[in-house]
Parts: sequence; structure tokens; C-alpha cells
Amino acid sequence: MSTAEIDRQWTTRLRKRATGHLPPEKLLPDTQPAYVSSWIYVFGVTTLAALMMVILSGIILAIRGPQWWHSSAIGHFVNSTHLWSVEIFFFAMIVHLWGKFFMAAWRGGRSLTWVTGVVTFLASVGTAFTGYVSQTNFDSQWISTQAKDGINATGAGSIFNVLNLGQMLMWHIVLLPLAAVLLTAIHVLMVRVKGVVPPFEENGATK
Amino acid sequence: MAYLWSLAALIPLNNYGHYIHWGVIDISVANFIVVVLMIIAFVAALFLPFPGRSRRKESR
Ligand code: HEM
Repeated sequence: MSTAEIDRQWTTRLRKRATGHLPPEKLLPDTQPAYVSSWIYVFGVTTLAALMMVILSGIILAIRGPQWWHSSAIGHFVNSTHLWSVEIFFFAMIVHLWGKFFMAAWRGGRSLTWVTGVVTFLASVGTAFTGYVSQTNFDSQWISTQAKDGINATGAGSIFNVLNLGQMLMWHIVLLPLAAVLLTAIHVLMVRVKGVVPPFEENGATK
Repeated sequence: MAYLWSLAALIPLNNYGHYIHWGVIDISVANFIVVVLMIIAFVAALFLPFPGRSRRKESR
């Protein structure tokens, strides 16, 4: 095979593109600019850590099932771990969002980072909602019967039926978490590709 | 484990929830507390010194 032919292979092109945009030392850097040593930068990683706990505890809930999480002490514990990790996840995500908003962290070609953040937020809200209606207790019955009126009024009820436990559970444990995790992966990779956004210039120029 | 259940008795859950009504804003006290805690965390993150910051500056 000639070098021209090798250069045209999709494996070669993909590798060159990937390593061009994200060489290993950019993906896993040794140091960060001085302005990154502030607590405000910790909230992105806190969100990430909480998301990992949510997924881990969710996997255990899925393995053992509702009877277990409703009736055994350890089941209650894992259920609570799942809920409280979600609380920390949203708490940290909102503070993270505020931080990035006031830094205008979408500057310098970072709009995809911001937009994947926004869409991850929306996917997370949907995941939390379908989680609340998948509890299989009086709370979930109450929430779904309240929510159906609002959602049916939009017309979305014809394909997204909050009273359909099977559908809600599948959105909660397959579709939405998959979307949230994929979007988060793109989000964090975009931060590595672009590098952390520099502070505003002192003379007020935005750059 | 039984003693853990008794902890739940510290918070009475059999009453109506508490709500704050402020013009068009209706929010449960629990949610309001969470919002206040987020604001405190945000402001604290901006002003609290980050450990190791001065050390790193000296070495530059
Ligand atoms: C699953 C939820 C999220 C996770 C796990 C996450 C994680 C992260 C991490 C680890 C970073 C790099 C460290 C940092 O600067 O804090 C980051 C940066 C960033 N995040 Fe998020 N984030 C999430 C949601 C959001 C949301 C909702 C927004 C805004 C709508 C957002 C906007 C940004 C922006 C603009 C940056 C780039 C900052 C820069 O270049 O300096 N993120 N995110």
C-alpha cells in the first residue's frame, strides 16, 4: 500500500484528527493556569463525582429491584444513596452553571461546552422526573397523577405517558441516563480540547 | 438498625408542608433553604482562599 493510500484510510484519518485535537498531554495535563486555583472550579468535578455515585447506586438498585429497595435495610440505604447523590449532583451543577455564567465561559470558541452543559442539564431534569415517577410507592403515584394533567395539556402525553410505569422506568434507567452520560463525556472532552477559559482582560475587553 | 428509624421521628412528616408565598413566587421552605445554601456555596467559592495557591505562586 502506498503512503497516499494509507493516509486515506478512515482509521488513519480518525487517529490523526483525534490526536491532533486532543494529544495525551492535553487530555490529562500536568498543570493548570494559576487562575484555576479557586474553589469555583471544584464544582464541575463535584458534579462529575456525584454523577458517578448516582450511576453506581442506580446500577445496584437495578440489580436487586423494587421489592428489595422498599423492604430491606440495605435496600433503603442504597436508595437513599441514590437520592442524596442526585441532590448533590444538582446542587453542584447549579453552582457550576452560575460560575460559568459569570465567567462567560463560552468565550473563545467554547460554545459547544456551554451548549452541551445546557442540554445535559435538561436531560438531568428529565432523568430526575422519570425517577420520581418510577419509585413504585404512593409518592410516585401522586407525582405522576399530578404531572399527567400538565403533560397531557401540552399534547406530549400521546407519546410520553407518565402513568405508564414501564415507559417511565425505561426512560429513567436507559434513555435519559445514556444521554446524560454521553453529553457529559462530550462536555468534559470539550473542556480538555479548548483548555480552561482565560479570565476577562483588565481593560474590559472580552476577547 | 431500629435506633436509626427513631432518628426519623426528629422530623415530623405527617403535617402539611411549609410554604413561602411572596407575590408570584410560591416555594417550599425546604427548597428555599437549598437555594440559600447554593448561594452561600457560590459566594464562599469566590472568596475562600484555595489551599496551595500561595505556595504555587511563590514557585513561579
Ligand atoms: C452533568 C453535568 C455537568 C458536569 C459533570 C460538568 C462538568 C464539568 C467539568 C469537570 C468542567 C471542567 C472544570 C470546571 O471548570 O469546573 C466543566 C467546565 C464547563 N462547564 Fe460543565 N458540567 C456539567 C454541567 C454544566 C452546565 C449545566 C453548564 C452551563 C449551562 C456547564 C458549563 C460549563 C462550561 C462553559 C465549562 C467550560 C469552562 C472553561 O472552559 O473554563 N456545565 N464542566
